[in-house]
Amino acid sequence: MLRPLLRWLPQILLLCLLALLLGWLGHNVLEHMRERGIRAGFDFLLDPAGFEIGEGLLAYDASQPMWRAFLTGSLNTLRVALPAIFLATLLGVLIGLGRLAEHPLLRRLCGALVETLRNIPLLLQLLICYFALTGLLPEASNALAPLPSVLISKSGLFLPALDCSAACTLDLPLTEGFGISGGWSLSPEFLAVLIALSLYSAVFIAEIVRGGIQSVARGQIDAARALGMRPLQVLREVVFPLALRAIVPPLGNQYLNLIKNSSLAVAVGYPELVSVANTSLNQTGRAFECIVIVMAVYLTLSLITAALVNLYNARVALRGTR
Amino acid sequence: MIRLPRKLTILWILLAAALLWPLFSWGLVHAIWSADLEACRAARGIGACWGVIVEKHRLLLFGRYPFEEQWRPLLATLLIIAVLCAACWRQRWQLRFAALAGLALLLAVALMRGDIGGLSPVPTKLWGGLPLTLLVSLGGTLLAFPLAVLLALGRRSSLPLLRSLCVAYIELIRGVPLISLLFMAAFLFPLLLPTAWRLDILPRVIVSIAAFAAAYLAEVIRGGLQAIPAGQLLAARALGMRTWQALLWIVLPQALRKALPALVNSFVGIFKDSSLISIVSLHELTGALSLALGGDADWRSFYLEGYLFIAFIYWAFCFALSRVGKGLETAR
Repeated sequence: MLRPLLRWLPQILLLCLLALLLGWLGHNVLEHMRERGIRAGFDFLLDPAGFEIGEGLLAYDASQPMWRAFLTGSLNTLRVALPAIFLATLLGVLIGLGRLAEHPLLRRLCGALVETLRNIPLLLQLLICYFALTGLLPEASNALAPLPSVLISKSGLFLPALDCSAACTLDLPLTEGFGISGGWSLSPEFLAVLIALSLYSAVFIAEIVRGGIQSVARGQIDAARALGMRPLQVLREVVFPLALRAIVPPLGNQYLNLIKNSSLAVAVGYPELVSVANTSLNQTGRAFECIVIVMAVYLTLSLITAALVNLYNARVALRGTR
Repeated sequence: MIRLPRKLTILWILLAAALLWPLFSWGLVHAIWSADLEACRAARGIGACWGVIVEKHRLLLFGRYPFEEQWRPLLATLLIIAVLCAACWRQRWQLRFAALAGLALLLAVALMRGDIGGLSPVPTKLWGGLPLTLLVSLGGTLLAFPLAVLLALGRRSSLPLLRSLCVAYIELIRGVPLISLLFMAAFLFPLLLPTAWRLDILPRVIVSIAAFAAAYLAEVIRGGLQAIPAGQLLAARALGMRTWQALLWIVLPQALRKALPALVNSFVGIFKDSSLISIVSLHELTGALSLALGGDADWRSFYLEGYLFIAFIYWAFCFALSRVGKGLETAR
């Protein structure tokens, strides 16, 4: 009789205390809002946004409702995070392999790269990238063209695009006066975030890949070589499938970090979710609502990513050991 | 060690050389080392202008702190670094050392704040640069630590309500970016507290960094707790200790020692993350650069050198700390 009481009473007291604290905080918020004449609630999402967003996947302009602005921002987060995940994985595998290479110079170079990039804050790397792209590249009127119809300048990267509105034609970017028109344009903000995010995450992924490969038993590799496989074959047929079991769970964590880190893009003005929320917050004063939306979207993205990684992990994991 | 295809190796090394050589020639061979604006302008694009660091180092390191008083942040920085070094070298952490370190940190804050012992008061909005970075990351970690221990213990507790509360907190915080918490510190905290309590932005930011760090530290400490065999707790209970005594005197010390390398790594992470406070307009190392160069038309074009200098400072701290963490890993 007494034991369950002793077990539950402190917990219920804790819960009551927490509820009291939250109630007190909520009361304060309402008090402040009344003083300043701010209305509470999410109704502002239906009002016209009133600000422009530089780039996005959807057609958007300032007269559209606020929720469209948040949607555009969220899609912009994905628009930079997904390619960054792809690039970071690719680079991470290459650097991780390099750290284990027999060639000593290559090994040291990759080691130095990892030690340099992971000990510098991502925000700083992002700012350096952005400065390099906007401060050091030439003006759009005399853009660099490393390949035909690929233009790099202060106003971003321009690539040929396939235009299939009528018949499929190649839409080539052209220098026109002081600007560049046509083609598929990527803004310097987008590029800076993409490069910094991919490089920073790549070195963490490289360490995971290295650990995973080191966990593969030496005998497996020797046996594969003794069977006459070439180096690339050994990697593809033996090392990777075995290493994947150790790599996938921490890799999923890195993907989560990458998505969360994409929020730093606000520092260079890439219009992703946090940046949109910040603008909206300054305009409407709905601090609480905007922060709740940001947190909810990131939590959802985190949950989806975690679920996908778990699904994949279930496929590569050793049967019976999960 | 694995054998890579030869073509890949050669390609890799050629790529590295193609990237490193221009960097070497720009950063060292053709660099200008004196604060000579004419020479820097002439060398633009060919060599780095490290003179900008010579010219602006006081602003970069200490932000807007009053110029004549900058010996105070310098002393505070040295104190904090001394504490960090002592903490790394010390094999056994005694209570006396912890008390001394705490005293040194308080002294550092008092030096920065002023208003005692004849020092003129300096409001926190003028603090900046390296001492601010150190104070925010160290203050955040120290505040986070007790909360993290409680969260880790709570997550392993057999009380279902307590456990789910701790899990909910940890997973919620780990699911959102730090920047959303910093926005909370900047915009939401003033709303959450009664009008009469005016909390400065700096303590607000430190509290939100602590709230963020606590979730991550809790997971690290939980890892340490899991590594301690259940027999330890049972043995302590059999000796007549209460559960809380056994946790405090038997389990936690062992768990924390096991988790120490990972804790050091978490601190490196918090140190790097502290750069984000420049987004809510505190001028720590990262934010001090725009302060130093943004308003100066002459030197404004040498941002890159400034960034690289700041990156070097971060790198030196983080590299040293992560080496210490590695040393702890193998020392056992």
